[in-house]
Amino acid sequence: MSFFTVTAIAILVSVALALTRAILGPTSYDRILAVNAIGTKTVLLIAVVGFMNGRPDFLDLAIVYALMNFIGTLAVLKYFKFGSLRGGLSRFHGEEK
Amino acid sequence: MRTISLILVLFAVWLLFSGIYTPLIMGFGIASCVVVALIARRMDVIDHEGLPVQLGPKMILYWGWLMVEIVKANLDVAKCVLFPKKHLRPSLFLSKITQKSDLGRVIYANSVTLTPGTVTVDLHEDNILVHALTIGSADGVKSGEMDQKVTKVMGEE
Amino acid sequence: MMELLLDISTWILMMTGCAFLLITGVGLLRFPDIYTRIHAGGMADTLATFLIFGGLALQSGFTLVTVKLVFIVAFIFITSPTATYALAQATFIAGLKPVVDGFGDDGPDENSNTAKVKD
Repeated sequence: MSFFTVTAIAILVSVALALTRAILGPTSYDRILAVNAIGTKTVLLIAVVGFMNGRPDFLDLAIVYALMNFIGTLAVLKYFKFGSLRGGLSRFHGEEK
Repeated sequence: MRTISLILVLFAVWLLFSGIYTPLIMGFGIASCVVVALIARRMDVIDHEGLPVQLGPKMILYWGWLMVEIVKANLDVAKCVLFPKKHLRPSLFLSKITQKSDLGRVIYANSVTLTPGTVTVDLHEDNILVHALTIGSADGVKSGEMDQKVTKVMGEE
Repeated sequence: MMELLLDISTWILMMTGCAFLLITGVGLLRFPDIYTRIHAGGMADTLATFLIFGGLALQSGFTLVTVKLVFIVAFIFITSPTATYALAQATFIAGLKPVVDGFGDDGPDENSNTAKVKD
């Protein structure tokens, strides 16, 4: 058993633990945190699986996944904060009317 | 000046990522880098915040120091997870920051967050609201060592 | 000989990284409230990522793959605190009170007006 296999299993166990937290809640912020943590671990998993199969090209996918994870977390948080995906200014403008 | 350095940085990244060095592909690479730099110039995002070349080598030394801090703080948090009863002492407190510029404040707040055990919750003018996990990590922020380092890197003393 | 040394250091780096990842997962489940869980989540982003990617870099040798690994680590190190800060601030603005052990100078109540600043 190579170290890639062991690492991949450890990452999967860790993802399972984070997924438990996402299911348990209790608030939506806990779930966002768990999803963000799973995203980071997925980046690791993609890289490790790429090396395991001898195809380091998978790293390009890992880069894209890291970008998507970051943007996705920020977008969801912005939605929770303002109740819409428009910015703060347009919201104030709407309230004045 | 900053536009040229942006083109150089973009092209260096492109070279490292592509791995295909035929003249045609290289030409596409140069063209796309120039177009991106021109669009960024038109959007007016190339300033001392968008491309902080003025920080230079001092920033790399700071990263080295930060890495050591991160390792120490990680061991701290790991102890906390394994023995929560003994170590877990969460707290929320305000702390002063001495940086004048927005960029310096962002670097400091992100450094505090990047170090496990302390998270920046809010940032307003020269106050920073920090949530800390243990007594040791809270004292680390209160002592202001990292704050002074960032101020030195920014050259704002 | 060189191969063996490289393999052993890779084992050490990646197993330490795995240990930190598992501790992170346990921490996410075990800590009492959202603010403390944020600390646990942030730990996976820093040292565990660094150690595992360090192990991968040792295996890849010095090629373009190493550069990509370094780039991913740098990217995660820059974006992770931003996402964590956004999450902590959104939680604070939503009005969730942290469990505090009472040695800090200011309680959360005195600072609750800072929430209106960012709006």
